[in-house]
Amino acid sequence: MADTQVVSKPKESVFSFGKKERKLLSDPIDDNNPITVQVLGICSALAVTTLLNKALVMSVAVIFVLAFSNLFTSLIRRHIPKQVRMIVQLVIIATLVTVVELTLKAINYPIYKELSVFIGLIITNCIIMGRLEAYASANPPWQSFLDGIGNGLGYGVILIIIAAIREFFGKGALLGYNIIGPTPEYLINTEESWLFGWYANNNLMVLFPSAMFVIGVLIWAHRSINPKLVDVS
Amino acid sequence: MHSTSSIIRFVLILTSLVALILSFLNTGLKAKHEANEALYAKKAILSAVSNKLDNDIKKMSDNSIEEIFANQITQTVVNVEGETLSPAQVVESGEYKNGKAEDVDLGKERRKPVQDRFLPVFEYTAKDGKKYYIVSVRGNGLWDEIWGNIALEDDLNTIAGVSFDHKAETPGLGAEIKDNKGFPAQFVGKKIYDDNGNYKSVTVRKGGAKDPYFEVDGISGATITCDGVTDMLVEGLKYYEPYFSELKSNS
Repeated sequence: MADTQVVSKPKESVFSFGKKERKLLSDPIDDNNPITVQVLGICSALAVTTLLNKALVMSVAVIFVLAFSNLFTSLIRRHIPKQVRMIVQLVIIATLVTVVELTLKAINYPIYKELSVFIGLIITNCIIMGRLEAYASANPPWQSFLDGIGNGLGYGVILIIIAAIREFFGKGALLGYNIIGPTPEYLINTEESWLFGWYANNNLMVLFPSAMFVIGVLIWAHRSINPKLVDVS
Repeated sequence: MHSTSSIIRFVLILTSLVALILSFLNTGLKAKHEANEALYAKKAILSAVSNKLDNDIKKMSDNSIEEIFANQITQTVVNVEGETLSPAQVVESGEYKNGKAEDVDLGKERRKPVQDRFLPVFEYTAKDGKKYYIVSVRGNGLWDEIWGNIALEDDLNTIAGVSFDHKAETPGLGAEIKDNKGFPAQFVGKKIYDDNGNYKSVTVRKGGAKDPYFEVDGISGATITCDGVTDMLVEGLKYYEPYFSELKSNS
């Protein structure tokens, strides 16, 4: 009886969802975006953003891997020997990525074929390693899990924006549905879309350099909209 | 600070746990993976005759693909001399378990000496009774391998349809051989033999086709991939030549 009364402060539940937790989710999407503010994970943002559906699958995969590697790292954070912590983190990431790869291969083989090597390359995505080092190895599991989801979302949002721009101007389509310009089968089907039928697809948008330009423009736009970011660098 | 032995213990436990989970998952999903892979290959083969199918191949269910393969397709494996090999002979080589044409991996075959190669042939019988011969070819694009399935009409000369795929061609340029439906569509109606019966194959010409029967338009900005397609067709179809003349002399 006496023991229980000693606790004066009401103990927070493990799965509480307060202001701090909400910030964990919203911060990486805007103020601390992994791509436009921290400039991490650029390589995959270049590679898988030619088509919107690829970017969507990639975002889901990264959110999954990031959330769960954060969770597992946080769960065993007190037991990980400092000397080998990076290797342990890599093992956790690699395991989850392999799980994603095997599952995707079983569920949707064509998408797996299209993403090919990029799923495997999630292992080297610096956002994940960065979050494990900076957050999960020093914070409780629930918060780490949310942090993972938040950062994954921040990454995914940018990926989807870039992919939408690139697919729209590069192929005149979104998610494979033709919107402007000629149909993708323009060699055999000369029918044009009723909207901007004269538009000729910009092949540069399909190539990797265009992703670099789009990211650059996004960073610029993000900084001019969000005044907090102006003095960061 | 952790002692060295505790570090080793931790790492050992972690890695064996991870290895266990992954190997369980891999073994558990292996059957599904193989089925998916086989189905993907079958779809690629059927898409060579996509305009001869009753339904749109993209909307076809997995079962109907299997059904077509079971009922309307006869598989044979031949060699470069044009001899038809029985499944037992293929199995004998030890590489393919069932010895069917759908098992033959051309990527592997390309690395063998020409006379030892197995060549898959798929004979598709359409609902109206017409026969199509689908053969597989493989070659090099700009970055990596490209491959395709070529469907020939029963005169073994006119192309009824093709489907291409690639490993790593540039999206928007070389990858158009697969992504742009217009590129494979050009091959329909082209011939591989001239009027005198000489083997010519089909050329992908940069700057636009000049010959109505033996050339198709190239893709701007993808010259090397297109040349790769030309070489792949010339080389790949040549291996089937003896088999074609065998078929013609029999009929």
